Amino acid sequence: MAVGLPENIFITRLDAAANWARSNSLWPMPFATACCGIELMATAASRHDLARFGAEVMRFSPRQCDLLIVAGRVVMKMLPVLQRIWLQMPEPKWCISMGACACSGGVFDTYAVVQGVDRFIPVDMYVPGCPPRPEQLLAAVIDMQEKVRRTGTIMGREFVSRDTSTGPSPFDLQEQYRIEDSRLVQLGGFSAAATSTAEGDA
Amino acid sequence: MVSLAELQAQFGSGIAERTFRDNRFIDVPAEQLLNVLSALKTQFSFNMLIDITAVDWLDYEGATDRFSVVYLLLNVDSGERITVRAAVNLPDPALPSVCSLWMGADWMEREVYDMFGISFTDHPDLRRILMPEEFSAFPLRKDYPLKGRGERHNFPVITRSEG
Repeated sequence: MAVGLPENIFITRLDAAANWARSNSLWPMPFATACCGIELMATAASRHDLARFGAEVMRFSPRQCDLLIVAGRVVMKMLPVLQRIWLQMPEPKWCISMGACACSGGVFDTYAVVQGVDRFIPVDMYVPGCPPRPEQLLAAVIDMQEKVRRTGTIMGREFVSRDTSTGPSPFDLQEQYRIEDSRLVQLGGFSAAATSTAEGDA
Repeated sequence: MVSLAELQAQFGSGIAERTFRDNRFIDVPAEQLLNVLSALKTQFSFNMLIDITAVDWLDYEGATDRFSVVYLLLNVDSGERITVRAAVNLPDPALPSVCSLWMGADWMEREVYDMFGISFTDHPDLRRILMPEEFSAFPLRKDYPLKGRGERHNFPVITRSEG
């Protein structure tokens, strides 16, 4: 005699069940520092309604969140704050970098603006745009849900292997050259005028 | 209306005036700055300090001094405006603080100090106001590179597993 399952009972993996629950109830932590923050608010508001995807509960306490949305440019004075918020968020947690500035510094290539938060904190999803439309952020949240479903484990094993930074190096080669140059200028052994002529000749 | 002759009679001929499209500029030697500003406030009723800022004249054609500190004043009753400029130079650019005349000068002078490294003697609390405390350069000086000297990337990198 075959033993079947009774009504209303199904079998699944614990990981899959946990991922299903987590992905449909993301709790975003809005780190809104610029105009992207306005689009983030519009995404949560009635017209676009982030609640349709179960991610409407914006908490301003990192201890209650599992999705960091970095919306806007991050300056060097704000980066330690961002890193601290990321560390304060309980596992499992994910990060969306929203807009050109958070992803790469955008047009603000200046002494104070961090050229992409992925240099200093792990980022799962990038949203392009300046600022992105709410639809783009919704698409990122939907993709984020898919990623959670696909890769998530109940104990967070998938995070342990990510022990190297996936972002660009904080100091790329160009930046290294520039630092070296400016140090020489400070010491007086390097003339910016002389270099520009040399470049002109070449 | 404050006239140049009155100021020159009081403070000597070191004071020069320039106008540009109805805006009046007065150039004052740094050592007389506090006296002139004090007279402008008490005798000529420039009771509002609009802003303090500075200009870096590095590599500017015809410039003789490295920095100008610029005071924008307003007489609230008559609507008259005047701009007072004082020149300072390296290695130790310093001016007297005008916090005793206008309380609002406090943060303005801190900003000028933060961005240009011009210090104000007798300022009650001369700290950086915009940049982080540990920042060591003065970013609006013309010899400071636009993209900085790497300060913006001098932070620890957090990887996913340690987060």
